[in-house]
Amino acid sequence: MAFITANWNPLGEAFYRKIELYEMGWSLRDGLKDCLVAAAPYGGPIGDARPQLEIYSSSGTNMASFPWKSGPVRQLGWTVCDDLLCIQEDGTVLIYDLFGAFKRHFSMGNEVVQNQMLEAKVFHSPYGTGVAIVTGASRFTLATNIDDLKLRRLPEVPGLQGAPSCWAVLTQDRQTKVLLANGADLYILDNTSCTPVTPPGLSPQACSIVNMAVSFSYKYLALFTDSGHLWMGSANLKDKLSEVDTKVRTPPKQMVWCRRPKSQQPSVVIMWDRLLLVAGERQHKYTLDEESVCVAELDGVRIVGGSRHELLQEVPSACQDIFKIASMAPGALLLEAHKEYDKSSQKADEYLREIKEQSVLGEAVRQCVEAAGYEHEPETQKTLLRAASFGKCFLSNYPPEPFVSMCRDLKVLNAVRDYTVGIPLTHTQYKQMTVQVLIDRLVYRKLYPLAIEICRYLKTPEYQGVSRVLKHWACAFCQTGVNFLDDMGPIMSGENQTLHSTVRTSYQRSMVTYLKNEMNRGDFFMTLRNQPVALSLYRQFCKHQEQDTLKDLFNQDDDHQELGNFYVKASYKEKKLEARLSLLQSAVDEYNKAKNEFAAKATEEEMKLLRFQRRLDEEKGEALLGLSLQETLHALLTSNFHKQAEQLYRDFRVPDKRYWWLKLTALAEKDDWEEMEKFAKSKKSPIGYLPFVEVCVKQHNKYEAKKYVSKVTPEQKVKAHLAIGDLEGAAEAAIDRRSEGEISTVLSRCSPTTDRALLERLNRARSTASKK
Amino acid sequence: MSAHLSYGRVNLNILREAARKELREFLDKCAGSKAIVWDEYLTGPFGLIAQYSLLKEHEVEKMFTLKGGRLPAADVKNIIFFVRPRLELMDIIAENVIRSASQGEVREEHKLGSLRNVTISIRSLVVNRVDFLAFMCIVMNLSDQECYLESDQTSLYHTAKGLMTLQALYGTIPQIFGKGECARHVANMMLRMKREFAGSQTQILPVFDSLLLLDRNIDLLTPLATQLTYEDNLRGLCRFVYGVLDLCYVKLPPEKFAAQKKQVEVGKDLPTEPKKMQLNSAEELYAEIRDKNFNAIGAALSKKAKIISAAFEERHNAKTVGEIKQFVSQLPHMQAARSSLANHTSIAELIKDITTSEAFFDNLTVEQEFMTGVDTDKVNTYIEDCIAQKDPLIKILRLVCMQSVCNNGLKQKILDYYKREILQTYGYEHMLTLNNLEKTGLLKPQTSTRNNYPTIRKTLKLWMEDANEQNPNDISYVYSGYAPLSIRLTQVLARPGWRSIEEVLKMLPGPHFEERQQLPAGLHKKRQQGENRTTLVFFLGGVTYAEIAALRFLSQMEDGGTEYIIATTKLINGTSWIKSLMDRPEAP
Repeated sequence: MAFITANWNPLGEAFYRKIELYEMGWSLRDGLKDCLVAAAPYGGPIGDARPQLEIYSSSGTNMASFPWKSGPVRQLGWTVCDDLLCIQEDGTVLIYDLFGAFKRHFSMGNEVVQNQMLEAKVFHSPYGTGVAIVTGASRFTLATNIDDLKLRRLPEVPGLQGAPSCWAVLTQDRQTKVLLANGADLYILDNTSCTPVTPPGLSPQACSIVNMAVSFSYKYLALFTDSGHLWMGSANLKDKLSEVDTKVRTPPKQMVWCRRPKSQQPSVVIMWDRLLLVAGERQHKYTLDEESVCVAELDGVRIVGGSRHELLQEVPSACQDIFKIASMAPGALLLEAHKEYDKSSQKADEYLREIKEQSVLGEAVRQCVEAAGYEHEPETQKTLLRAASFGKCFLSNYPPEPFVSMCRDLKVLNAVRDYTVGIPLTHTQYKQMTVQVLIDRLVYRKLYPLAIEICRYLKTPEYQGVSRVLKHWACAFCQTGVNFLDDMGPIMSGENQTLHSTVRTSYQRSMVTYLKNEMNRGDFFMTLRNQPVALSLYRQFCKHQEQDTLKDLFNQDDDHQELGNFYVKASYKEKKLEARLSLLQSAVDEYNKAKNEFAAKATEEEMKLLRFQRRLDEEKGEALLGLSLQETLHALLTSNFHKQAEQLYRDFRVPDKRYWWLKLTALAEKDDWEEMEKFAKSKKSPIGYLPFVEVCVKQHNKYEAKKYVSKVTPEQKVKAHLAIGDLEGAAEAAIDRRSEGEISTVLSRCSPTTDRALLERLNRARSTASKK
Repeated sequence: MSAHLSYGRVNLNILREAARKELREFLDKCAGSKAIVWDEYLTGPFGLIAQYSLLKEHEVEKMFTLKGGRLPAADVKNIIFFVRPRLELMDIIAENVIRSASQGEVREEHKLGSLRNVTISIRSLVVNRVDFLAFMCIVMNLSDQECYLESDQTSLYHTAKGLMTLQALYGTIPQIFGKGECARHVANMMLRMKREFAGSQTQILPVFDSLLLLDRNIDLLTPLATQLTYEDNLRGLCRFVYGVLDLCYVKLPPEKFAAQKKQVEVGKDLPTEPKKMQLNSAEELYAEIRDKNFNAIGAALSKKAKIISAAFEERHNAKTVGEIKQFVSQLPHMQAARSSLANHTSIAELIKDITTSEAFFDNLTVEQEFMTGVDTDKVNTYIEDCIAQKDPLIKILRLVCMQSVCNNGLKQKILDYYKREILQTYGYEHMLTLNNLEKTGLLKPQTSTRNNYPTIRKTLKLWMEDANEQNPNDISYVYSGYAPLSIRLTQVLARPGWRSIEEVLKMLPGPHFEERQQLPAGLHKKRQQGENRTTLVFFLGGVTYAEIAALRFLSQMEDGGTEYIIATTKLINGTSWIKSLMDRPEAP
């Protein structure tokens, strides 16, 4: 705590500080020497080409790396969607995603192909990401939005040969322009014209402008001349802010604005080989011990080196107020008060009283909360927030929102600043960028679980938050088939409940297919086991496509019932009897294991029947194989194999009733009336004798049928008589039984012309029956 | 043409229009001439929303049926496949495309991606299309309906999705009731989808007051019972029935219609094509009689016949030229009515032949015994005899399942006996079918000693002794005594509410629930005095015509106070339902 100001350097009114963000995780042999590097703003990723194309997170974690096989790359850049642009000499721009997957390419036009490209710049505007290039013919070509490619060739610059000494892209008044210097001359190029301009008050010693920088917001411009002068002014070249003599005459390697919003202090960071200069009204020099790259940010400059990644920025006023040595600002006092309070010292009260006497406690709390947002160290953040919380206790109507939302923001920021994620956002940048964009960025990095956590934590509406993330996740998975197993863990099992419903079935299907091809079977099955929806989809798939896999699946689950069914099914596909029997035997074993006694027994019966059929087919030349037991019996009975039929009847414990039916129909079908009569007399029929009548009638033998009518039970007499067409007999029986219903049945069969007498009798009988 | 969709409280044309719009937009995505390859199964549902003329307007020049081998030659720029998301269909498409490509016919492939990935890419296309289908299929009104969608796990998702689309068009449904596992599932999905799209609330005054989700699982008995309404019988009778909103063809055996034209003797010259008839509620007579019990059909038809002939007799009374002119102007309508009557009379005769047969009567008697709980715990001799005579297996399965359902499961011994009889008679391969029936709960061993079916029957008044088939006063008329459980639940929900039958609901499988969906402010409906409530009843896993008839009956009851709109995943009857559960291993 005491050393919080140790890395502060005064520069005029303000202080500047350099914070170490990360020790880089990459291992570059020669640091950043001879590398072509591009780093995206807002703590974005870092790309690096030659000869390998490598993509790193801000903390130096490798995200992709592959040998460059296309033409020579002259410039790298990042789009607003975290895609890497590789601009080649011939003006071809190749687009890769964060993980090095090629997305698409486009060309900057034929002119570039002919004259080759000299320099290129990637810039961002409200319209998206743009590319500007200057060709060997000293002509500029511009595309303001690469997603809606419209190439614009800018007018010729008078007297320009080769590349300009320096140039920059400006976005002003919704127009994209190029500002360029040719020696001491400065021009603004827009769509139609090339206008010479003069920066007001540029020191006359200069012969040439060697470098220029436009601020992050396109509001300010800095020019560096060969005389070592730095001119700072507004980008419309109307006002001059200040001019500094740096006393360094070598052209700088890089020059970027370093200015926080609302700050009164203009300042530019200029980098040479071993020197870093912060120039505002005064100057401060840092020495560099390694090759570095500066990245302009909204509120500072990031310096990426071979081993370190630092942030250089103006110390925000809230932090200055609190931490400046001997500060008496309300926040500083509150912090002091809380420190004493922690030590249980009564000084706490003195400090507090002092703040309260000036009635600036609210201001003190506000300062502490704000300062906490600017601090990178969680410990410092906590100290400040505790102090704020302490101060809040003595305020009656202090609104809680700023404090709460700061706590939330910091939690999110600390999470994404983590080494493994590597997005070193400042609070100012985060607020500018919005949560939605941050979520997008996490999604581009395939950090789905973290993105979901954040959405939940911030209670982002589901359709903007969790659902959106899951949708991206599913799409990404389906498109590229990346190894999503790591993601799948939390999302699929734990989050099953919230898994976006669109994702659910459609994508699980693809997922299942993908997994199947990528994993070994055992692991695959184990993974599926915990996913009921996926498992059932896969079962359906196997049922249609991969029978054998289905078996393995059942095996894995010890689902013996289904295994048994599987074997039974398979047995019907088998032509050879032996193979069929052995499959059925497997089924029996499985059914036994499944404790399905009935199925096991039935299958055994089936085997027994098959063997029996084969024997008989061989011996007697029948074609029984494959018939059901009933059909077999029927076939045997019609072909006079009564003995064999009897044997089957006993062996298979066919119920008497059914056997009688069978034999009866079989005998009738071959008109063996004699045998039928014998059969009828063999013992008392378990099915009664009505079937005998009906079967005979069915075979159009009323004569035989009549023989059995007398044997029919009284209840069925009417039916029997009607079956043989004996109306009188039926009437007799019905009247005997005095059954109204039966009399009606007979009545309905009588014709009014031929059976008049019978009709009358029946009608009379019916009325007596109904009277009863 | 589709005017009958706009009647009633719910204008279903909105839905149809939305679907047409989506189809048009989809077709316009592929510029240039196109051919459509159809999954035959889908032509019906598609017919619901668009005729060929619409397709033609959008440059569809040819249509084919999906089948293996090469695609038929067509000089078009795009070929679009409309298929269900079935693996086997994907393989056919892949074959089509590969074969055609190898023939050197270069086509612009639409959304098919490279040949190597053809299956996968097509799949994603299909998944898209099915969302679309699911949504257009789910709704049917009281007069016309047909919906085909496989009832597997994904269909629940499509159902939920479809219901969301419905709500986007007709406003958020304030109350959701449901019973059964699948119903709970669908409701959960809907609520979640609603949360996910919380930002995009529709500002439409709700048309439906409530939604009732019913899982087929809670009422297995109803589809098993023999269907007795005219429409059921008609559809059971026809070899192939195709009923979609506007095109509804019935194919009937031609002999019957020849007979009607008094051409009995020229039997041999009969056209081989079966008779095609358009059947939907646009046909006045059909709308009148479709829901009648078959016992009441004769009376209804003869009454109608009298009215029509009386109308024809009018001509004798026509004296003045004006009167004759008026009579003539009515002639086309009357002639149409007469021919429609003739058709239906022939059909009714066909049905009568079946329904008056002894076999039909015996079967019905046994079914009604089961439904009233007579001897459900014993082996039934009728079933035994039917097996012995090898009646169609489906009939046997229906009866056995019915006995099992009405007895809350069969004693192990009885169950095994039936199973053994079936296996020995129809072949051991039916073991798999039996296993399927057991999995769905249609067949089950009795686990608890207590059979709760009688309690359910009594509380819900599932059996009405004095069912009046001619002039029904209760829904039980549709089954001549049995009131479908699912419809009874619907009826009780409307009045007096499910709280009164809490005990019985607990006996039926799956949870029952009620959810309320928050309406955007200002969309709360102010009910007029005497205004009916509109309830959307969604049958998950299929609905029978009898149930639809019963619901229509409830809608029409004067003191009912509720209008019902029916939606389902599938139209079923006992036969088709059991058939879908049968598993026949293919012979080598």
